[in-house]
Amino acid sequence: MNYTPVGLPHFLVLSAVLLVLGIFTMLTRRNAIAVLMGIELILNAANINFVAFARYGAINLGGQIVAIFVIVMAACEAAVALAIVLNLYKRQGSINVREAHKLRD
Amino acid sequence: MPQLFDIFFYLFAAAIVASAAVVCFSRNIVHAAFSLLFTFFGVAGIYVLLSADFLAVSQILIYVGGILVLLVFGVMLTNRVTNIDLRSALGARIPALIICGALLALLVSILIPGHWISFSDTPWKGSPWHTNAIEQVTKVTQGAAREILDHQGSYGTASEIGKLLMTDYLLPFELISIVLIVALIGAAMIARRESNSSTQSTLSTRKFKEEAAR
Repeated sequence: MNYTPVGLPHFLVLSAVLLVLGIFTMLTRRNAIAVLMGIELILNAANINFVAFARYGAINLGGQIVAIFVIVMAACEAAVALAIVLNLYKRQGSINVREAHKLRD
Repeated sequence: MPQLFDIFFYLFAAAIVASAAVVCFSRNIVHAAFSLLFTFFGVAGIYVLLSADFLAVSQILIYVGGILVLLVFGVMLTNRVTNIDLRSALGARIPALIICGALLALLVSILIPGHWISFSDTPWKGSPWHTNAIEQVTKVTQGAAREILDHQGSYGTASEIGKLLMTDYLLPFELISIVLIVALIGAAMIARRESNSSTQSTLSTRKFKEEAAR
């Protein structure tokens, strides 16, 4: 059994696992805040990819700067989504995403 | 033989995957929120391993200090009974499991064989993992080389990122600041509007009307 040192594929597989866990969280949770947590997992997976390519690829610091932008976008998204979730809770008494279709009425 | 780098990578990867699995499968939303903390810290450790020190610090500051606190606030403000099982029914979980398993198998089968074109195994020249930087450190500790002290900005990525943000990435930087201020003002507006027009649609008045109708 030969040992391969940690390189770019290891980081990419880690971020793939994190992405899949995030997608599974988004698909199966009924709590809106848990869905938001899944989105955060997915954004973190994307960020690991950016930084791994910044370290091993030909883009030197561009990947890290894009990752900073992604972090800022995640902060925006969390703020707006939390405001929407709080309004949803005020309006219908629960944050079950299955009941959000009642907003059409 | 595994290097120290590899050992730390596997430690952080195990922490990330385990805590993300808790986020994914836990019945309790509070447990999910707290294990998300460990996920964020593990990702910060991965950034440190990838010689992105500034990004690791901003990950801890923004994610743990900002977003996670916001999520915990949301949990506390919207959950009366925290022990409700909020997962989907089994019939909805199995297709999701199939889809996610297929996606994971696809991604890993692409990524594992490792026919990546290796651009450079040497990292960015300012990072501590770079051999020249290590040589510089050893030179300094040997008491030689006055010129290394003049060569500033060689350690850490913060100063380089700052220069790039003010030169090459100035337009995206300004755009993202506009997006941030618009999003924050919008969030404040959305959260406020309900309390201003609280005559119609808030929960308490609706319950009161329902009780009055009975």
